[in-house]
Amino acid sequence: MALVLTEEQSMLRDSARGLISDKAPVSHLRQLRDSKDATGFSRDLWKTFAEMGFSGLLVPEKFGGSGLGCVEAGVVMEEIGRTLMPSPFLATSVVAASALSRGGSEAQKAQHLPKISDGSLLAALAVDEGAKHRPLQTSLQAARSGNGFKLSGDKAFVVDGHTADLLIVAARTAGAAGDRNGLTLFLVDPKSKGLAVERTAMVDSHNAARIAFDNVEVNADSVLGEVDQGYGLLEGVLNIGRGAVASEMVGLGEEVFGRTVTYLKERKQFGKAIGEFQALQHRAAQLYIEIEITRAAVLKALQALDADADKAGTAVAVAKARAGTTATQAVQEGVQMHGGMGMTDQFDIGFFMKRARVCQELFGDSNFHADQLARGKGY
Amino acid sequence: MADLEKFRSETRAWLEQNCPPEMRKPMTSDGDTFWGGRNTKFSSEAQRVWFERMRDKGWTVPHWPREYGGGGLDGEEAKIVRQEMAAIGARQPLTSFGISMLGPALLKYGTEEQKKEHLPKITAGLIRWCQGYSEPNAGSDLASLQTRAESDGNDYIINGQKIWTSYANYADWIFCLVRTDPAAKKHDGISFILFDMTSKGVSTKPILLISGYSPFCETFFDNVRVPKSHVVGTVNRGWDVAKYLLQHERAMISGMGERGVGRPLGQIAADSVGADAQGKLDDAQLRSQIATFEVDEAALAAAAERAVDLAKAGQSHPAFSSAMKYYGTELNKRRYEILMSAGGSDALEWESERSRGGARPRAWLRTKANSIEGGTSEVMLGIVAKRILDLPGA
Repeated sequence: MALVLTEEQSMLRDSARGLISDKAPVSHLRQLRDSKDATGFSRDLWKTFAEMGFSGLLVPEKFGGSGLGCVEAGVVMEEIGRTLMPSPFLATSVVAASALSRGGSEAQKAQHLPKISDGSLLAALAVDEGAKHRPLQTSLQAARSGNGFKLSGDKAFVVDGHTADLLIVAARTAGAAGDRNGLTLFLVDPKSKGLAVERTAMVDSHNAARIAFDNVEVNADSVLGEVDQGYGLLEGVLNIGRGAVASEMVGLGEEVFGRTVTYLKERKQFGKAIGEFQALQHRAAQLYIEIEITRAAVLKALQALDADADKAGTAVAVAKARAGTTATQAVQEGVQMHGGMGMTDQFDIGFFMKRARVCQELFGDSNFHADQLARGKGY
Repeated sequence: MADLEKFRSETRAWLEQNCPPEMRKPMTSDGDTFWGGRNTKFSSEAQRVWFERMRDKGWTVPHWPREYGGGGLDGEEAKIVRQEMAAIGARQPLTSFGISMLGPALLKYGTEEQKKEHLPKITAGLIRWCQGYSEPNAGSDLASLQTRAESDGNDYIINGQKIWTSYANYADWIFCLVRTDPAAKKHDGISFILFDMTSKGVSTKPILLISGYSPFCETFFDNVRVPKSHVVGTVNRGWDVAKYLLQHERAMISGMGERGVGRPLGQIAADSVGADAQGKLDDAQLRSQIATFEVDEAALAAAAERAVDLAKAGQSHPAFSSAMKYYGTELNKRRYEILMSAGGSDALEWESERSRGGARPRAWLRTKANSIEGGTSEVMLGIVAKRILDLPGA
């Protein structure tokens, strides 16, 4: 398959770009932050997303979705990255929809997927427990209790956990932290007794949650996939999420870079545009090259996910590792080359820097993914 | 699509049938590369068989037109041949500057007569070419070159000196930049001309490099007589041809690393560094350097694939090969720094049985030229800044 977007994918990009740049420029995020908005994103805009078919992008057609793939999800994520639009798209339409489509029983799919497609259900994946992404280290306990399970433990960095109507929780039904076997995914109602959600407004003005589970009872029907065998499903879903976040970072990085190059041409010091100085030209050129190479790696990973998500691990590790370092370089150079202006809150560039930091951490940072690659190659 | 899948299975079967097992092993020395030319010798029977079968199939250059000895394949088909060759680790049957540099320029700027004269001899491996670009006082500032071509009836008389002429001492013909109008501005008085290296007045002198090898030469022209019909493109517009050819040269150099073939770097490192019971390298810092390198290497491979696909879709920027050249060469230097570090004192042996004559340190030193030859990294960044980013005054 050619490593370029098809005509249909380019059209999808254009329509997503049109909507997002019109309705949710960076000022939209700024306004939500400044007004201390309780939701942290616009529910009206989410309705529009649903009407345009974006919320059900990855949901099979028989459940009211568009039945498209990871490349298309990446196209939308990239546009979200360009304006830093806070949106349930990642947590609900990419991650949760993939988890349900890939691991759900017919009854679970029929119950939840149509509501994801029409925008009426928000969902969140609860996997991290410590400060770093270590899915194998999951230790939240799910003890058998009667016909079901009782969940006890803590989750952190649950993206959009504060607004979720449905939680997908990684828990340990057997074995110990570090074991591949013994992990199980559960569908949990956040209103369950014993479950406490604390909204954590993050550095980037997007939202996550810390969630405490104190003997939260779930029945056997709430198991997503198979008991004790949930790690494969989780890994596949995480890889889809990683591909999506990598796409967001490509959009974010390219936008910062575009703004920076414009500034290099406009800003004058010592009687000339600062873009005439070779010290800055070469750094700008290096950054351009990094972005182009990362873009290719990310598209490669998205295509690999669509071909066979279970075999895309290496391509995804490469993409997420590259996207993290490239976006970091883009925002650092962006702030530095904007000089004092780049340090002001009034200027948008700081928002990009903050979001890049969060995206870097989300679903594993560059170090995590380089390590994954090394393990995969046996060294 | 069905046609392409059929083509893929036919290609796979043909390669399986025709590529000798010895030609599917990674190359270990310079002699494993077959360059063709008047004075060439095959290093093995398998090399000869493989070359001749591919030549007869038209696949020494699969995407050139059949009338010039190519395979007449379109972009998709040529990509399939590359992929299927890579899948079995098949070596290139023929490597030459005729294929990677002169050919594309002749296809675009050559007359029909020039194409018919030269391209079939390239695809058949009969003539080996070298490139006369750099001069002692025209390196990064290539357009300031001074080699003169003075008109004398139907001929030019060429005088001057070239330097860093790769394998000039083995080459049969040269494609050369010469100044045909000394009065014009520096980019405007240059012509692109072809001539036989056995012409009277041509001499070469190998340059010993830090690797201990002499892949480059000084090349001298003393009243060399060349017919005017050997000019490619328009007289005094040779810079256009030169630049176009450089794009192809840079794409070739960016691909010079041994990407994705052979054992993973981490496993090579484990031979000398050691590993724990799980196979994890005993040197955590080195392991992390290697992992980061392999991330970048895989990403570059994707970018190279994408560059071809973008070109096919008519969406590529002509200066993009400069971006790839910059990254590919810097990456290859990183690869060899890692290999040297991983090899420890073993990798320092210059003359010994175990080191196969110092293969690794010599290859390490050779890579240092990658970011200089074909335009330095700094020149590449300047081109990206000016032509792609449109930064002022670059």
